[in-house]
Amino acid sequence: MAAIFPKSSDLIMKVAGALIGLGAVAAISAYAYYSYPAQIDVGYQPVQPVAYSHKLHAGDLGLDCYYCHSTVYKAAFAAVPSTNTCMNCHTKVKTDSPRLEVVRESARTGQAIPWVHIHRLPDYVYFNHEAHLNAGVSCVSCHGRIDQMVEVEQAKPLNMAFCLDCHRDPAPNLRPTEQVTKLAWVPDRDPRAIGEEIIAQKHINPPVNCSGCHR
Amino acid sequence: MSVAVPQDPQLLEVNPPLVPGHPDYHDVTEQISTIVEGDVRTTPMKYWITLACTSSIVVLLGGMLTYLALTGIGVWGNNRPVGWAWDITNFVFWIGIGHAGTLISAILFLFRQKWRTSINRSAEAMTLFAVMCAAIFPVFHTGRPWRAYWLFPVPNTDLGMWQNFRSPLIWDVFAVNTYLTVSILFWFTGLVPDLATLRDRAVGKVRQYIFAALSMGWRGSARHWRHYEAAYLILAGISTPLVLSVHSVVSFDFATSVIPGWHTTIFPPYFVAGAIFSGFACVMTLLLIARWTLNLQDLITMKHLENMNKIILATGTIVGYAYAMEFFIAWYSGNMYERFTFWNRAFGPYWWAAWSMYTCNVFIPQLYWFKKLRTNLWVMFIISITTNIGMWFERFVIIATSLTRDFLPTSWGYFHPTYVDICTFIGTVGLFLTLFLLFARFLPMIAISEVKGVVAVEKGSFPKERQEVH
Amino acid sequence: MSLVSIKTAAPTGPKYWRSLDELAKTPQFREFVEQEFPAHADEMLEGNSRRTVLKLMAASFGLAGLAACRRPVEHIYPTAKGWDNYVPGEKLTYATAVSLAGQVTGLLVETHDGRPTKIEGNPDHPFSQGAATALVQASLLNLYDPDRSKSVLEAGKETSWSAFEATVKSLSLGDGSGLRFLSETVASPSLFALRADVLKKFPKAKWVEYEAFQRNAGRAGAMIAFNEAVSPQTDFSKAKVIVALDSDFLGQDWQTPLPTKQFSSRRHMDSEEDFDKINRLYSVESQFSITGANADHRLRLRGSEIKQFAADLAAALGALPGLNVLNNGTDRRSKFLAAIVKDLKAAGKDSLVITSPRQPAIVHALAFLINQSLGSTAMEFAKSGTQERVEAGVDALKALVGEMNAGQVSTLVMLGGNPVYTAPADLAFASALAKVAASLHLGPDEDETAASAKWHVPEAHYLESWGDAVTSTGVATIQQPMIDPIFGGRTAAEILALVSGSPTTKAHDIVKNYWMSTFPGSHPGETKSVASGKDAVKEITANPAEQAWRKSVHDGIVSGTKPQETAKVTADAKRIAAAWATEPKAAEGGIEVAFVPSASVFDGRFANNGWMQEAPDPINKVVWGNAALISPATAKAKNLSDGDVVTLTRGGLKMEVSVLTQPGQADNAITIALGYGRERCGRAGKDVGFNANLLRSSDAFWYAPNVEIATTGKTYTHVTTQERGLADGMNNRPLYREVDIAEYKKNPKAIEEQSEVPPLHSIYTELNYDKGYQWGMAIDLGSCTGCNACVVACVAENNTPVVGKDQVARGREMHWIRMDRYYVGSEDEPRAVEQPLPCMQCENAPCENVCPVAATTHTPEGLNDMVYNRCVGTRYCANNCPFKVRHFNFLNFHKGDSDILSMVHNPDVTVRMRGVMEKCTYCVQRIQETRIAAKADGRREIKDGEIKTACQQTCPADAIVFGNINDPQSKVSKLKKQERNYAMLAELDIRPRTTYLARLRNPNPELEA
Repeated sequence: MAAIFPKSSDLIMKVAGALIGLGAVAAISAYAYYSYPAQIDVGYQPVQPVAYSHKLHAGDLGLDCYYCHSTVYKAAFAAVPSTNTCMNCHTKVKTDSPRLEVVRESARTGQAIPWVHIHRLPDYVYFNHEAHLNAGVSCVSCHGRIDQMVEVEQAKPLNMAFCLDCHRDPAPNLRPTEQVTKLAWVPDRDPRAIGEEIIAQKHINPPVNCSGCHR
Repeated sequence: MSVAVPQDPQLLEVNPPLVPGHPDYHDVTEQISTIVEGDVRTTPMKYWITLACTSSIVVLLGGMLTYLALTGIGVWGNNRPVGWAWDITNFVFWIGIGHAGTLISAILFLFRQKWRTSINRSAEAMTLFAVMCAAIFPVFHTGRPWRAYWLFPVPNTDLGMWQNFRSPLIWDVFAVNTYLTVSILFWFTGLVPDLATLRDRAVGKVRQYIFAALSMGWRGSARHWRHYEAAYLILAGISTPLVLSVHSVVSFDFATSVIPGWHTTIFPPYFVAGAIFSGFACVMTLLLIARWTLNLQDLITMKHLENMNKIILATGTIVGYAYAMEFFIAWYSGNMYERFTFWNRAFGPYWWAAWSMYTCNVFIPQLYWFKKLRTNLWVMFIISITTNIGMWFERFVIIATSLTRDFLPTSWGYFHPTYVDICTFIGTVGLFLTLFLLFARFLPMIAISEVKGVVAVEKGSFPKERQEVH
Repeated sequence: MSLVSIKTAAPTGPKYWRSLDELAKTPQFREFVEQEFPAHADEMLEGNSRRTVLKLMAASFGLAGLAACRRPVEHIYPTAKGWDNYVPGEKLTYATAVSLAGQVTGLLVETHDGRPTKIEGNPDHPFSQGAATALVQASLLNLYDPDRSKSVLEAGKETSWSAFEATVKSLSLGDGSGLRFLSETVASPSLFALRADVLKKFPKAKWVEYEAFQRNAGRAGAMIAFNEAVSPQTDFSKAKVIVALDSDFLGQDWQTPLPTKQFSSRRHMDSEEDFDKINRLYSVESQFSITGANADHRLRLRGSEIKQFAADLAAALGALPGLNVLNNGTDRRSKFLAAIVKDLKAAGKDSLVITSPRQPAIVHALAFLINQSLGSTAMEFAKSGTQERVEAGVDALKALVGEMNAGQVSTLVMLGGNPVYTAPADLAFASALAKVAASLHLGPDEDETAASAKWHVPEAHYLESWGDAVTSTGVATIQQPMIDPIFGGRTAAEILALVSGSPTTKAHDIVKNYWMSTFPGSHPGETKSVASGKDAVKEITANPAEQAWRKSVHDGIVSGTKPQETAKVTADAKRIAAAWATEPKAAEGGIEVAFVPSASVFDGRFANNGWMQEAPDPINKVVWGNAALISPATAKAKNLSDGDVVTLTRGGLKMEVSVLTQPGQADNAITIALGYGRERCGRAGKDVGFNANLLRSSDAFWYAPNVEIATTGKTYTHVTTQERGLADGMNNRPLYREVDIAEYKKNPKAIEEQSEVPPLHSIYTELNYDKGYQWGMAIDLGSCTGCNACVVACVAENNTPVVGKDQVARGREMHWIRMDRYYVGSEDEPRAVEQPLPCMQCENAPCENVCPVAATTHTPEGLNDMVYNRCVGTRYCANNCPFKVRHFNFLNFHKGDSDILSMVHNPDVTVRMRGVMEKCTYCVQRIQETRIAAKADGRREIKDGEIKTACQQTCPADAIVFGNINDPQSKVSKLKKQERNYAMLAELDIRPRTTYLARLRNPNPELEA
């Protein structure tokens, strides 16, 4: 009897099959790509209650990160400064700037300023600033050039692979402790060499086992 | 070897024709195709009623799994120490059932057992459906099923880590998926010529298009047949080791552990034998039903059934030997924990499970030593059922009761199934039956082309060399 | 998706909205909109209908490329002012003290961002020495109990504090003739002082102290023996032979870790020399207590027969003239008696006979007499001050109830306690209370008493209020708050000050003024509290008393208070003999019911405490309930079986209770734990178990003779964490190992020989753990008493969920450290042994091999990590764990936690969701914390003992030692070197890091036969 499909349908079948295959591959790769926090978290830049410019303060005025985030060397959590810290200067500088109303309000009432959390890790991850900064890991490594950001945004993916890269090979991210908060610091020689020296001198051996970060 | 040419009277005694009544090719085609081609309206009501029942059970399954996924494993009876109970029991049970298909198709094919021809198709279908049912459990027994895909080595750029390839569960994932894929290919390849037959007989465009697409332009030319035979042979060759590998790997889940009653080197062969045992029993049940409901007496003859019963007897005895050996080793090892486990298995709180397993799997099949019994349809029907009950209990006894009482008496416990456990299992049975009913109605249950081959041989109307290639 | 799970600022995990509509009303939504599309915020929130908003929302998701639903908006709320030595997220530790039934334990409490999260003993406190009991550990949860009393109630209706104050002021108390106070045992010096003032102000007022577990029999015994008010001070560490006459000093008789500390100090065998110091404990008791379990020899006697035994003992020792030992036969009792007598005589001054507050005064008198006749140095006596018109005990309560019924009481002030529930049934306290015109009740819960009193006011928890507490030896501690009263409760002192109309009504001032006046250089009558900051420094340096105060608060010991002098007193044998002559003899035959404080809920005040309800009874392992414990023989005789509900009747009193056979229970004696069957209680404790107070009467307070027992045909399911029957024993498996010390001296290999470990090899490449820190643990079964403190400490430290009775019945309890109990010997005369079982941290861990997703792996330091966020929950690891110490979250057990309850969580430990496995981690959070601290501090070595696991830190017996086994000098590696150190199931080649030191028993050879 006569063929129901023309001969060409063989080709069509083959092509269709190929397309389906490719589609599947594409789908999986797309998943792998978009599930990567670099695609999801990086660039998160919510509007803060106070239009505080890190560029102005940390960059142009050259305030040290440590002036406001004063717990980074001795605590796990890098404390956001209390309103008092702002008022230390702003009782004298820009005392009536409308942009600072929220701050003055807070200082008056004692109500906290609701800053929006940007660099957030899951609850089951225990990151410790104290350990990293004292080892010589700079703010830049995880937060990027905050001193150039008018509005802070998340610069690095901060996912497990990101952490592991450094924990497996910390050398490139280490610098002398006094340079840790100098975001603009440029090593005068091969950064890896510097890192190696610090590793040797401080016996740095970052954990790559689970309980290093998950408890 | 070839089947005797029917003229020889003595040979007829020992070796009755596989397709009695010497139908010609057309008869064969007619008998099988009509089932498929019958107008939906003419399909007997009882079929639709049965289908309705089974598919409503499938709905139940869906409900149960949703409830489980939303609430947690706690809706099952699993506990500490019994981390695995009905979930993995059902998994192993269904995987086991899945074995007969490939065995009948592949191994018997390679051994040129022509009597397989009229049963292999449905056996293969059954394999697929059983493995599908089995596959439900590894996914849903996890505490966080939405993370179950972590069991697959998908690219994981986020965590920068891989699976633990030392874990038998990972081996399972590979083994089962390979088995499923190969089984599908094998089954479909076998279907192609028959689909072509249906296409050619098809009335109505829709039917024609569907079967045309499925038969992938099969024209039955000598070239096609040559490729087909080759492909079929190769697939048979590939699936043969799988029959042995899959259940061996499944048995590693237990054999590689430290728990007395699990930690046993005899498991791989013992599991494979058990799987074939239960698989054949299940085929038997289904075939007998098909035989009665669809009047396939001429195609599914007593010889087929008897042969299968012989295999059931053989494998059943092997399983019995394995049981005995477990006890012997437990005693011989002098290991107090092993000894206790097996004493506890037979006389502990789960004695009833153990003894129903021994009875169904070891004692009852021994009846098949008598030709009278192994050729009695009712006997074989009942035994095929009890065998499957027994094999389910075997898995339960091994998995759950070994866990209830292991090393520290302070951690001993007992397992009580909840209604969710029970409904989930019933649900998978429903799924299995539904799929099988659909298959039986809409695809040729029996390999038309292969049966024709046998007919040809029995008529002696084939040149010798063609006879060789089946 | 994140829209419906926007995180709130509260540290209590996400809140979920039932619908988008509901969500769109919330402030979070408003913020969210404002932040994500500042441009459209207004129109979205005011202008358009919600549907448009949601449309816009959906659109914006697409446009923003997931930016909007990327994650919930979470806020950081820094302090506006900021205050001294507060670092966000870092823990702060404060010294304080808890007083439980008058028993004081000094504490160090860990707080995170102003929330108390963990209680530890104060190492400087004499009664704590760094340890804490299970109940004290659990008292933390009471602070966050969402069912606590929240408001002032007048006749059950909510009203205000001001209304209450007005009423109190309006009371016409006159000379106090109609004024009565009812409190629990007071152990607060400032309250003593205040009480003295009040009683001076109201010369006719009276004060009654009542506890369901009263401890005044000892003092009464002293009156008989010495005819003066002295209280015994016992030092178990001085005794080599201890005879416990019904005394459960390792269990509930003391509510401090002290006796266990002292007792176990003679059970630590660190070297050969220590073998000689080992003590021997004889226990004579009715119910199977953990003291009995730890005894080398135990004699089952009904509680009422023990006084006879004491008398016989005294007589046999020749301490009680003109009395000869009864039934001096060959039965077990006589043999036991003879052996004890011999042993005590031999021990001389190193001997101690101790009895229980549950025994009548005469037994105490006899014990004092025996100790003195033996010249025991383990028991001394100290003068105890008495207060006019303050009576304690059930008799005092009976008198009070008499007055109330006679209408002589117009005002009853109940400061704490729950007398309506705890008072013996025959006193019918509730009905008496109804006759009192003005009844004020201060209590932590809206309990039975709160319901029957005219006024109920919420009592502040000791962690949220100022106070002080003094030990029975006179060491005082300032109790400082760590958090404001969550539900606005007040303290007993504050209420008392209110009633007496004293000018100072703030707890802080009451306490501070009291102590300031005792310090040198104080300015009497000073009330103003000192400002902080610079002027504070000035003031402190200026004022030595202020310095002393600050030091006292900081140290947890009031500077200057030290254990009081002991007095020289001599027991008068004749008086005692006379008293004995008048003492009624024990009733023969019949069934006797004994009441004991529950190890879980004590007298009922912990009934709503999930941690304690789920902490298994140390011996019978029952959780969430109590039972009528009955010996197997008696059960057979009465043809009762486990779970049968029976009615117990005595006189007009009756109760229904379900029986449970208890091996080792005295025959014809039933024991029922108090504190259950609460009718008015929070969600956890309501109607759990059976209320034994219904059968309790003031004349038979502890032991009720001739109780009729009748079956009801009803049955009840007791939930135990261990299977009963076959699983009660070890089935000849070398799991818990012990050996007589005599034999051990002869053959130190005796323990090792109990199991055969062939040479073993792993098929995988063996890792070597010989570098850096290698964490390991040794648990000394010789000193462990099985008191449950470690179990509760672990729950508190590791956020282990409470799963409830039903889930425990299904075998899903989550305790990371399990207290395994085995019976050894016959059903009638068994011994019980206790074995704490945390994760063994195997080096060749069977669990790690089988995890398909590598969610449990090994660290280079030998820890068996469990990673919740990687776990998919196949439960394969738990199946393959030979110890079954892995626990699976079968359901979302933390789901029910209210915001208040979630405040108890330790922020250093992940709160696990459903579907993941969890287990003991050796408190890895503590290891990491110390490691980071050591690094910051010049990358120094971690010192031995610097890291303490939660179980180790609280253990009153110091039975758990954790440390670096790679350092030969560490305590743990020294212990592991001992011959009696063994690894459970070593034959599986799993190499547990946690090993056990076999128990060395010290039985009396004469009784061994």
